[in-house]
Amino acid sequence: MASGVKPRVKVPKSAAAGDAITIKTLISHQMESGQRKDKDGNTIPRSIINRFTCDFNGQNVVDVKMEPAISTNPYIEFESTVPEAGEFKFTWYDDDGSIYDTTKKIAIG
Amino acid sequence: MKMKAMTALCATLALSAPLVMAGGADDDKMVINGETEMVTKTTAPAHMENVSEIMSGWHFRSDETQALQLDDFDNPGMIFVDQALDAWNTVEGSAEKACASCHEGPESMKGVRAVYPKWNADAGEMRTLAMQINDCRENQMGAEKYKYDSVPMASMEALISVQSRGMPVNVAIDGEAAPYWEAGKELYYTRTGQLELSCANCHEDNYGNYIRADHLSQGQINGFPVYRLKNAKLNTAHGRFKGCVRDTRAETYSPGSPEFVALELYVASRGNGLSVEGPSVRN
Repeated sequence: MASGVKPRVKVPKSAAAGDAITIKTLISHQMESGQRKDKDGNTIPRSIINRFTCDFNGQNVVDVKMEPAISTNPYIEFESTVPEAGEFKFTWYDDDGSIYDTTKKIAIG
Repeated sequence: MKMKAMTALCATLALSAPLVMAGGADDDKMVINGETEMVTKTTAPAHMENVSEIMSGWHFRSDETQALQLDDFDNPGMIFVDQALDAWNTVEGSAEKACASCHEGPESMKGVRAVYPKWNADAGEMRTLAMQINDCRENQMGAEKYKYDSVPMASMEALISVQSRGMPVNVAIDGEAAPYWEAGKELYYTRTGQLELSCANCHEDNYGNYIRADHLSQGQINGFPVYRLKNAKLNTAHGRFKGCVRDTRAETYSPGSPEFVALELYVASRGNGLSVEGPSVRN
């Protein structure tokens, strides 16, 4: 089980309509690859974030499939155009079935 | 002297090949989150005999590494600060107290990092920030002590350090602190290990030069705890001392030992005037 998982995102508070803005996201997560062994030689089970999505007002912006080679605390930065005021929704999917999400509002102005 | 020699070297190189990297510190400016201006170069404190200007280790790192420290979102050390904030508010131990029970918000710690290690008159000992944290945990909270150079300890130090970020380091070296400071200075200039290196050999005589692929800094500790890219976690000053001494192929002192406490006081005093940077980002 993953512990201490905390999503964080950075989105500008406002943008001009049609502008491309930079969004930064990071989730604290151990990203255990499933390739390592513990002291007794037993495989440490894989526990990673396997998918990340971002939606704006219900429309998908990015959908990322993630693999075990990604290092701890995955950081994803991308751009999105903002046609109107609304809300970004960020979702992370954990191997253990947990879903972490957070939202950020953005205004036009 | 050293600076003059280096300037002359730069000038020579500039004439022959303008793009050659001469080593040494760069001239970048550190502004955190676009608002907090940091002092990363300043006149050396009066007690330093062989160095005229003190510089943050930030100047010796690549632009990419430097950039990570300029924005709290990009700074991986801030993840640990967040974790420490949870710990700050968590009730632990037999007294059923959290840090917050006595100290309220972590803002109350403003200025603390800048003056540690500090003489504690009641206990009659030289105290590092880590010792103070453990004293609180043991005697005020009735909780278990953190291991001296563990991640929870480094994280708590980071949470406390970040409250003082931008304030000048200002540790006292006179009065009761004087004998500890002298002991630390002695260690700083003592060669250890099979390689017979003292702290000064690298960080005073050769900062700005390369030791194989590593760019030597002045070994300032104003940025501790440090997020290191090599191990993807926060590292304490004593953990770093241990690593350095080990690299001279010597038996090291333990983190939290009286020797390292004295050394921390001395090395911190060499940074008097630089901004508190913790948590900083280095190689």
